[in-house]
Amino acid sequence: MAYKIIEGCVNCWACLPLCPSEAIREALPHFTIDARACTECEGDFADPQCASICPIEGVILDGLGVPVNPPGSLTGIPPDRWAEIRTQIQAR
Amino acid sequence: MELKVIADAAGAPGGGCASSGCGAGGDKLAHLPEAIRAKINNHPCFSEDAHHHYARMHVAVAPACNIQCHYCNRKYDCSNESRPGVVSEVLTPDQAVKKVIAVAAAIPQMTVLGIAGPGDPLANPQRTLETFRQLSEKAPDIKLCVSTNGLALPGLVDEICKHNIEHVTITINCVDPDVGAKIYPWIFWNNRRVTGRKAAEILIAQQQKGLEMLVARGVLVKVNSVLIPGVNAEHLKEVSRVVKAKGAFLHNVMPLIAEPEHGTFYGLMGQRGPTNEELSALQDACAGDMAMMRHCRQCRADAVGMLGEDRGDEFTLDKIAAQEVDYAAAMARRAEVHAAIEASRTAQRNQSSETFVSIASLTRRRPARPEPRPVLMAVATTGGGVINQHFGHAREFLVYEASANDVRFIGHRKVDLYCSGDETCGDGESVLAKTIRVLDGCEVVLCSRIGYEPWGQLEAAGIAPNGEHAMEPIEDAIAAVYREMGAAGLLECSGGTAQRMTA
Repeated sequence: MAYKIIEGCVNCWACLPLCPSEAIREALPHFTIDARACTECEGDFADPQCASICPIEGVILDGLGVPVNPPGSLTGIPPDRWAEIRTQIQAR
Repeated sequence: MELKVIADAAGAPGGGCASSGCGAGGDKLAHLPEAIRAKINNHPCFSEDAHHHYARMHVAVAPACNIQCHYCNRKYDCSNESRPGVVSEVLTPDQAVKKVIAVAAAIPQMTVLGIAGPGDPLANPQRTLETFRQLSEKAPDIKLCVSTNGLALPGLVDEICKHNIEHVTITINCVDPDVGAKIYPWIFWNNRRVTGRKAAEILIAQQQKGLEMLVARGVLVKVNSVLIPGVNAEHLKEVSRVVKAKGAFLHNVMPLIAEPEHGTFYGLMGQRGPTNEELSALQDACAGDMAMMRHCRQCRADAVGMLGEDRGDEFTLDKIAAQEVDYAAAMARRAEVHAAIEASRTAQRNQSSETFVSIASLTRRRPARPEPRPVLMAVATTGGGVINQHFGHAREFLVYEASANDVRFIGHRKVDLYCSGDETCGDGESVLAKTIRVLDGCEVVLCSRIGYEPWGQLEAAGIAPNGEHAMEPIEDAIAAVYREMGAAGLLECSGGTAQRMTA
């Protein structure tokens, strides 16, 4: 199994030096993961490194094609609470 | 000589000296040891006076970041926006060094090279340190600076000191993890993503430790804080106390920039930024006897030129690719230019003290009258400490407060802070209308020249345009206009004692 970077990646380089398998490649329009080299960090780290530093929700998929950082996971605010939180923030 | 005697005797606050421009009595950095003042004398970001004369540049070699801030959007690539974290192209260390050499040769008043992003420079240690290593070797007359969120700082302090970096800026928005949890959704720490209060706790501990380590090694540390209304506004007074106690020499409180089109969390959620009044009031409250910085322009991570100006377009990779610079020759020319700048600064300082003595003596001659009220004036300048810009060309104005005691720099107001792009970015407001709006509270605007139409509209808005002091030193001109206003009876204060105004 391997992780995958998809459209939406902003090429910020954060993941590349962290990969224990050197599976991440600088590329355009966005960085890519060499599926043959990716180990999902098994045996190296408890958490997959690329997905743990990636700042963009939804752009790294796991081996099953599921986003590792789904909407709301990086802002800390699930989409169904946005309206409520926005009201609180706008009252500042 | 008579003027000197009066200047020495002037016991009023400000000492009869321009608080923002004078190198002696009224200098906000006067409390600093001589060695530190020498280090920042020609640093535009650290010395308010130096920013009129010297330029800086940032090279964007550091794209990665190890934390997320709610005021930052990591999709940083935009050519039209001028704010931190935004760049047009990310450079390799070799490309960055080539660019710095090209700029240093073309803009000799560029004294400072900073690495500020677009991510966190210390989250890209190899790229950042390699750039510094090459520059300290090839361009030893350029000061090197780095800014950081502080997370990786303690582990890199020794490396930083090795590369002869004299100045470090740490962005510290809080010292309380409960406040931090509202600003930082996550950090990357020890190979894991950490969220919430715990993340803020680690970040704060690292920032404070890094600050202490740098101060212990004699590195100058400036602290940047982003003022976020309703989140850390009151708390920044505590931050200021803490970082000052630990030895930071300058605190720079910057306004939050948050617009929906930036795609930041705060922008999308409608978090407001502070008003000019809120910002000035907080800067005053934090000031105490610590130097507060009010001239920060919140530059892009690839800005080039004088503060408030960006000449990055002149030095894109394709334009500098074929250039070969003889740096030894460039360095000799740079030294000549720096010497000329210092000579003109000294001349301006001497001239200024005469002007300010005469204001003091003006009020002294009429002791029975209430103190005249302070007045805010805006200035269009491209640098050099003089009024030398056409009103219509000004993308920002410096705001000064003139009072009976001194002329004090309050801050700058940008006409196009957020975007200078095409109509798809704009809100349809004409540039002139926008300019008049940002000058709210100012009674005079000084510029080298001004067109007929804006002249009329400014007057209609209650702002007096003034083009009579072109090429004169800013503070002398403001003092002169203030005296004229006094003579015309425009400074009568209805409320008795004059209050400090805010920009």
